[in-house]
Amino acid sequence: MTAIVHAHHTPTLSERLKDASAAAFIALILGIPMIGMTTVDQGGFLAVMTRWPQLALFVGLTFAGRILFSLALETIKRRSQGRKSGKSAASAAEAANAALKRGTKPESVIGWLAVGIAVALPIFFSEDRYIIDIATSVLIYIMLGWGLNVVVGLAGLLDLGYVAFYAVGAYTYALLSTQFGWGFWEALPVAGGLAALFGVLLGWPTLRLRGDYLAIVTLGFGEIIRLLLVNWTELSGGPNGITSIPRPSVFGYAFLPPDTEGSIADLLGIEFSPMHRLLFLYYLILLLALLTNLFVTAMRRLPLGRAWEAVREDEIACKAMGINVTTVKLSAFAIGAMLGGFAGVFFAARQGFISPESFTFSESAIILAIVVLGGMGSQLGVVLAALVLVMLPELGRDFAEYRMLLFGFAMIVIMVWRPGGILANRAPTLIHVPTGDKA
Amino acid sequence: MTGKTLLSVQNLTMRFGGLTAIDNLSLNVPDQAITGIIGPNGAGKTTFFNCLTGFYKPTEGAVTLNHPTKGPIRLADLPSHKVAQTAQVVRTFQNIRLFAQMTVLENLVVAQHNALQKASMFSIAGLLRLPGYRKAADEAIERALSWLKRLNLMDIVNVPAGALPYGTQRRVEIARALCVNPLLLCLDEPAAGLNPKESAELNTLLLHLVQEEGVSILLIEHDMSVVMNVSDHICVLNYGRKIAEGTPAEIRVDPNVIKAYLGEDEDDQPVEKAS
Ligand SMILES: Nc1ncnc2c1ncn2[C@@H]1O[C@H](COP(=O)(O)OP(=O)(O)OP(=O)(O)O)[C@@H](O)[C@H]1O
Ligand SMILES: [Mg+2]
Repeated sequence: MTAIVHAHHTPTLSERLKDASAAAFIALILGIPMIGMTTVDQGGFLAVMTRWPQLALFVGLTFAGRILFSLALETIKRRSQGRKSGKSAASAAEAANAALKRGTKPESVIGWLAVGIAVALPIFFSEDRYIIDIATSVLIYIMLGWGLNVVVGLAGLLDLGYVAFYAVGAYTYALLSTQFGWGFWEALPVAGGLAALFGVLLGWPTLRLRGDYLAIVTLGFGEIIRLLLVNWTELSGGPNGITSIPRPSVFGYAFLPPDTEGSIADLLGIEFSPMHRLLFLYYLILLLALLTNLFVTAMRRLPLGRAWEAVREDEIACKAMGINVTTVKLSAFAIGAMLGGFAGVFFAARQGFISPESFTFSESAIILAIVVLGGMGSQLGVVLAALVLVMLPELGRDFAEYRMLLFGFAMIVIMVWRPGGILANRAPTLIHVPTGDKA
Repeated sequence: MTGKTLLSVQNLTMRFGGLTAIDNLSLNVPDQAITGIIGPNGAGKTTFFNCLTGFYKPTEGAVTLNHPTKGPIRLADLPSHKVAQTAQVVRTFQNIRLFAQMTVLENLVVAQHNALQKASMFSIAGLLRLPGYRKAADEAIERALSWLKRLNLMDIVNVPAGALPYGTQRRVEIARALCVNPLLLCLDEPAAGLNPKESAELNTLLLHLVQEEGVSILLIEHDMSVVMNVSDHICVLNYGRKIAEGTPAEIRVDPNVIKAYLGEDEDDQPVEKAS
């Protein structure tokens, strides 16, 4: 038997350079908002100041670092192989495969790097409200992108009304907290569950639809929910929305000014700063987003997740294999909607105020663009696309009315450059590592 | 052959508007044997499979599977996924339907979805990585690998199915169908696109499946070197009607069959029938 062991090969210089360029490119995307720009107080108003030289340095360092890193990795691998070669050919094959599995894959390295940067970000910008706000927005979109990825990327169901579930989550929390005094953490599962129910409600009548038809119905569904929120004034407050939504608390303590009951600043005996709440919200959404990622990545490797992908690939073949396509699709709608609902709860808690205006079709379009640009089904792709799509309009502020033009142009460039999305290659959920029965 | 009838088709008719694709077909498919279905293009062979497997709802007639443990099952009453899951009638497709972006191994594991989904307790046991689920998942992989080994496909385990050559895809599709644990395997032109060596291997495999694994096979095939060599029994369709039935030796000399295949004056054969 000839098993495919991805034979160990030493990368050539050009491969190394390519790899390092990829890393540098990602550093550039991440670096523009984080290093390239900073806000300065110019006598009362904030102005954005650019720091391009620092950015160039950062990108350059990443490039060099990546080359050094890959060289180091190479050396370590060669050493460990040398040590094992004493055993048998079979175990050498195993080792090569283990290396393949452990993932010298750049994606997982970049993923961890991104997590590291996200965790460390507030340390560098703890006083910079603008950066923390934008980073929080990016994380909301990343979470929404990961949620929609289940429906669009994995199950292949084109959903143009995803914002409806975001709205359901947000309004559920807003109502539960303002009317019934529920806290953030109690409301979170309820809102997620309700959003999932709405997901099934949308999924049920659209089961037989595919492609364009499905897109139109889901678009309609998103609008229905929004119009309901605008018109059902008694429930939703109509166009005025819902105000004074409580912010999330930490074990009953809130981010309140000193000498107020339940103030965290008092509890910890630290000086009160409005930045604390923003930083807390930032870490909260980071946590929610990372949990979402873990959940979706784990689901993808389970029978249900594989069935989602199989339905995307060929519904008829699924039926012939005994797969109930109905339940598979509904579960994708429900789980995608639930994740959107969670994000909605966070959104309401962060803003303190919500109205139907936050849940228009353009939101759905942006979330969908994030999934499509990222490369359908790719978790890291969603991160990169969310960065690009949320940052671009910010960058474009200088261009005022040309902003949307810039936005559209960037989307076209990406689609031409990488028609399958920024990260288009699908990672298998299973890899067979042959064990040595062929010594 | 056990002499028993596994599948009995009674007066099956399938019309599409004015076109009668299957016309009052009655047929007994023997248990643990290979039954060949042949006929010229457009004879209604694939339509017959679609009626068996729940993809088309027959206009008239009944199809009954005599399940060894579950008793008689009326296939026309079941949705297509139940035909595979409950009645264990599993098919392949004339125009190959693999999960193209998924690897060969993933294709074969997806085919075991129902058992795995149950073991994962709708993902809960799976997310918690409970030992019960892990064992089931490992067994599913083992089972997939054993079929891949049997079909000489071990060197492409981790390759996306869509990237494979045509002939290999056909074999992967058969391996995938076998992972569903079929009682009756319905193969729609499995030898199309295979080279002579591969189709000889297919013959061996089909005989092995029947003799060693106890699978029964319905085989649509244009490649006579396959049908005539492996079939125990052959049914010939033309314009939706059964024009002959018998052993390969009988079919070879049947005047009706020869006429249909040589396309002798067909003016008396109505292509369309008013419904
Ligand atoms: N869904 C459908 N709607 C309308 N007509 C159909 C449909 N499916 C099949 N037919 C018609 O039924 C007839 C039989 O088609 P079928 O595909 O069963 O032939 P076949 O014997 O499999 O032919 P081949 O050897 O070319 O595969 C053809 O005339 C075909 O056009
Ligand atoms: Mg056909």
